[in-house]
Amino acid sequence: MPNMNMVQALNSAMDIMLTRDPSVVVLGEDVGYFGGVFRVTESLQKKHGAHRVLDTPIAEGGIVGAAVGMCANGLRPIAEIQFADYIYPAYDQIVSEVARLRYRSAGAFSAPLTIRTPCGGGIRGGQTHSQSPEAVFAHVSGIKTVMPSNPYDAKGMLIAAIEDDDPVIFFEPKRVYNGPFDGEPDKPAQSWAEHPKAEVPEGYYTVPIGQAAVTREGSALTIVTYGTMVQVSLAAAEALGLDAEVIDIRSMVPLDIDTIAASVSKTGRCLIAHEATRFAGFGAELSASIQEHCFWNLEAPIMRVAGWDTPYPHAFEWEYFPGKRRVMNALRRLMGEAA
Amino acid sequence: MTSRLHVPAVPARPGEQPDFSYVKVAAAGDAPRPPINVPVLGTAPLAEDLVRVLDDRHRAVGPWAPKLDAETLRRGLHTMMLTRAFDDRMQRAQRQGRITFYMRSLGEEAVSAAAAIALRDGDMLFPSYRNQGLFLSRGLSLVDLMSQLLSNSHDMCKGRQLPVMYHSAERRIFSISGNLATQFPQAVGWAMAAAIKGETDIAAAWLGEGSTAEADFHHALTFAKVYKAPAVLNVVNNQWAISTFQGYAGGEQRSFAARGPGMGIAGLRVDGNDFLAVYAVTAWAAERARAGHGATLIEHVTYRAGAHSTSDDPARYRPKDEFDAWPLGDPVERLKSHLVTLGEWDDARHESLSKELDESVTGAWHEAVSYGTLNEGPRLDPSLMFEDVFKELPPHLLAQRDELLAELAERGESDHA
Repeated sequence: MPNMNMVQALNSAMDIMLTRDPSVVVLGEDVGYFGGVFRVTESLQKKHGAHRVLDTPIAEGGIVGAAVGMCANGLRPIAEIQFADYIYPAYDQIVSEVARLRYRSAGAFSAPLTIRTPCGGGIRGGQTHSQSPEAVFAHVSGIKTVMPSNPYDAKGMLIAAIEDDDPVIFFEPKRVYNGPFDGEPDKPAQSWAEHPKAEVPEGYYTVPIGQAAVTREGSALTIVTYGTMVQVSLAAAEALGLDAEVIDIRSMVPLDIDTIAASVSKTGRCLIAHEATRFAGFGAELSASIQEHCFWNLEAPIMRVAGWDTPYPHAFEWEYFPGKRRVMNALRRLMGEAA
Repeated sequence: MTSRLHVPAVPARPGEQPDFSYVKVAAAGDAPRPPINVPVLGTAPLAEDLVRVLDDRHRAVGPWAPKLDAETLRRGLHTMMLTRAFDDRMQRAQRQGRITFYMRSLGEEAVSAAAAIALRDGDMLFPSYRNQGLFLSRGLSLVDLMSQLLSNSHDMCKGRQLPVMYHSAERRIFSISGNLATQFPQAVGWAMAAAIKGETDIAAAWLGEGSTAEADFHHALTFAKVYKAPAVLNVVNNQWAISTFQGYAGGEQRSFAARGPGMGIAGLRVDGNDFLAVYAVTAWAAERARAGHGATLIEHVTYRAGAHSTSDDPARYRPKDEFDAWPLGDPVERLKSHLVTLGEWDDARHESLSKELDESVTGAWHEAVSYGTLNEGPRLDPSLMFEDVFKELPPHLLAQRDELLAELAERGESDHA
């Protein structure tokens, strides 16, 4: 099986869908000739043509609005927003149009649109190239919101998103595009090459949206996480020698609460880890849902580790990022006397 | 008949001959200069034309030729050369890993340098990320700018912003955003406030031609038209938005300046590499705005000779030798030649100024680095990241700050400068 990093896996997913389904088109800033600023759409225009892989004006609201119209005329667009930090000019189209089109037209119209966008920090991008805004989309009814953490899931989930008849916002944690990251920036960058999740089938397959993955089985506690924080969480638990069960939720909407609740009911302890700001972040929804399902099995309060509630500061990237040490401290507090 | 999607044609890609046949270069001195109170539609021909002052023999000709003394011209040349020396050194600093990111303005220095002289010190500037010449012309120190690039202990942004996102409240230059076109309606709002308060200062803003596709550009023009806001709105058409050619912003067979009259404000199209022409149209638009005749949209036709930023390689999307073929030349060389023609400058002085500027940039760099870099020397206190989210630190941020300080103490790194 070929080895792919996340960029190659995503590229392969789009290549396959452009080949299989003539209604699939790709549009976004610099995605055509140049192949995208992160090279995710490399060679797609050359292979599939400038009428199916479109360079667009710099207008995120225009990209999403035009994609909605394409949907209404039978296409299945994949729109790239170059950085999640640039998605806000499209927010009205996403919230008021994309998310509600099916509902308000009683199913007469819909928007089978995939919006791909790189998110998260760890690349010294400062406050305008580092954000993780998944919660502001998960909060809106009518759009699926997902974030893969590794190449295998990235490809399978992107194909599933493209085939989904509902709109999907597909967040790509850019720090792990080229390799897994355990949260220690001073260590040399790792590549996906040796990682089992980088073994990616060349052809078509899907990873269903709405299913969490048990990344590591364990009995002492559950870490519920996603995106860049999956590997950081694994590394932190390992450093403490804790037999943690690590759940990569993969999909925020719809949320696989059954898998999460089964794990927390088993372990009795839960840490939620995400890179986005903490206050009213997706961790708040997770925490509330978990306690509703698992209250009588909990042995400690559900805890959260997250980005601080500030913009992402350029100079203090690694003081901001919820790295291995912060996760370890949270795990110690969670385990209390049991640690 | 079936419809067929039109995809803008890019004149040349890597390996192909550069082709600027789409740039119609009018003769210097040909464009008429209307009175500053001309009705909006009276500017429509000028929005399609190209105002040029410097002719092929380096003389200032025609009705737009400004009456600038040699001292002012030398000041403009100084700013452009300083901008270039600064850009060159900072580009190398990024390549050496001393700063994380940089954006040069190579080839389009006249746009900022000439405008800064044409506007008054009290006028409020809303720059894009490629207007470093405005900061230099208004006298910000190299050390202050470099310290921002280094996110060091002397950084005006306290470590919070990506390099090049400067500001200066004292010199009346607004905080640069990493998001595109947001400053355009803000400049119009500043100008509306000046009019509400009955002031004489005006606002000026800049964005790239690619950014005109953003809705904020259109909001700005609408508000400027509706309220006759005293603003000078500049589109810097440098042909490229990262990898996408200006045709993808709607520039194919169309001027950006024409959107001014199209939206109900004056429009002027100018040779952006002609210092004198940029000065002249900016002064015209500023006088028009100050006299209550409303805003002007100016398109500066220029060329982004460098990469978009240190993160992209233009050899991947355009011919390597495109700048050599650019019909409007190099703004520094053109102003230099004009001064030489006037007998007010020569190669020896040019050489000596160039050396002097390189030395002052190097000197400033040594001082700036002494205030720290991201990895060495004095650092800002990380707890600063919690300040200025709000005016007063709310309880939840106080708690998070304490948690971070405890974490840093644990790491043995709590004694930051």
